Amino acid sequence: MHSNSYTIIFTSVVTIILGGFLSVAAGTLKEIQELNVENDSKKNILSSLGYKPIGEESWSSDDITKIFENNIDAYVLNTKGNRMDIDPSNINTEIDKENFPIYVDKKNGIVNGYAIPISGKGLWSTLYGYFAVEPDGITAKGITFYAHKETPGLGGEVDKPWFQNNFIGKRFVDEEGNLVGVKVMKGKANPESPYEVDGISGATITSKGLESFLINDLEKYEPFFRKVRNGEV
Amino acid sequence: MSVLDKKSKEALTDPLMKNNPISLQVLGICSALAVTVQLNTAVVMTLAVVSVLSISNTVISILRKMIPGKVRIIVQLSVIASLVILTDQILQAYMYDISKQLSVFVALIITNCIVMGRAEAFAMQNTPGKSFLDGLGNGLGYGGILISVAFFRELLGSGTIYGISVIPDSFYAAGYQNMGLMVLSPGAFIILGLIVWGQRLVSGIEEE
Repeated sequence: MHSNSYTIIFTSVVTIILGGFLSVAAGTLKEIQELNVENDSKKNILSSLGYKPIGEESWSSDDITKIFENNIDAYVLNTKGNRMDIDPSNINTEIDKENFPIYVDKKNGIVNGYAIPISGKGLWSTLYGYFAVEPDGITAKGITFYAHKETPGLGGEVDKPWFQNNFIGKRFVDEEGNLVGVKVMKGKANPESPYEVDGISGATITSKGLESFLINDLEKYEPFFRKVRNGEV
Repeated sequence: MSVLDKKSKEALTDPLMKNNPISLQVLGICSALAVTVQLNTAVVMTLAVVSVLSISNTVISILRKMIPGKVRIIVQLSVIASLVILTDQILQAYMYDISKQLSVFVALIITNCIVMGRAEAFAMQNTPGKSFLDGLGNGLGYGGILISVAFFRELLGSGTIYGISVIPDSFYAAGYQNMGLMVLSPGAFIILGLIVWGQRLVSGIEEE
């Protein structure tokens, strides 16, 4: 039988060794992990804007950095839709109600699209993604989700191409210039309507959640997109 | 296998079939349901469990004579928890996409009964070498079931194997549909139940 003092010393030594070991490991790996998170969000911005890896190959982290740096102009808008000189990575999009990051796909001075972060509640979880808009400021260019905990096979379908591709070419502004958002229908969308997409069967709450946070997020950017539509940007 | 004596060999091979932790002892079911929608997550989960289990068994076996009996469970748990956190950190650094899919289930290896069970039941009484083999065997036994469940779920639920489509387009054109049930947890229950049944049929084991 071990004495009490032995027990205390033994557990302390074990704790110190394991704790030290873990902090060294976490410290060494931190840089790579942060790079992964950053690359993942860049990858999602690019894919919402319609960039795809060529062929079956997936992008390496160098590819992502290169494509992003060459094509994307990232900045922050204020509530009036004016450009601010703040690094978008310093903005917490969930809390900040005054600064909105935007990622502009620009080549040789010609704008090819705008991507904005979107997030909101589905059924079980908050969904995070990007919504891309054509240079006309009216038409959707794409949508991606990079984090959610919806039911796989039901609400989880939001991250599948069949669902995301529905958004391409849809409009979120009506003829009179009012923001109407994109409606996620129950079942099939009316093919004639440019404001509707097919819903996910069995995932009505996720679909409705998406619809409502999408319009909420678009409202924040409306001052900017109004300028885009009037040719002021 | 002649390098191993009989007991070491049993420690390694018993949990693969005869005394499988999932299909016979019915441990570790939760993660077996959660990470088996696709093969690649199941394979990574297997690697994670195999490494945690074999290292934790070895470390605990080395310490077994030093660990005070009164606090042995908490010491075992600290070793296991540290290894699991380390695994999670490594996955986040080097296999980010898969680590995102596995999400909380890597961290939940800590509470996997197999790991604690082997530490308490085997590593505390046996030499480090045998304990390592026991950990390896149990990890592989767990992984074998995980991978078989994932194989059927991915094939029937998504029509792919390891992300590669195997069901020809002409099947879909003829009206074939992927089985949505397989993507959900009940699908895993059904497959797992069939595997347990099949194994008991072959090995002739009967519950009281």
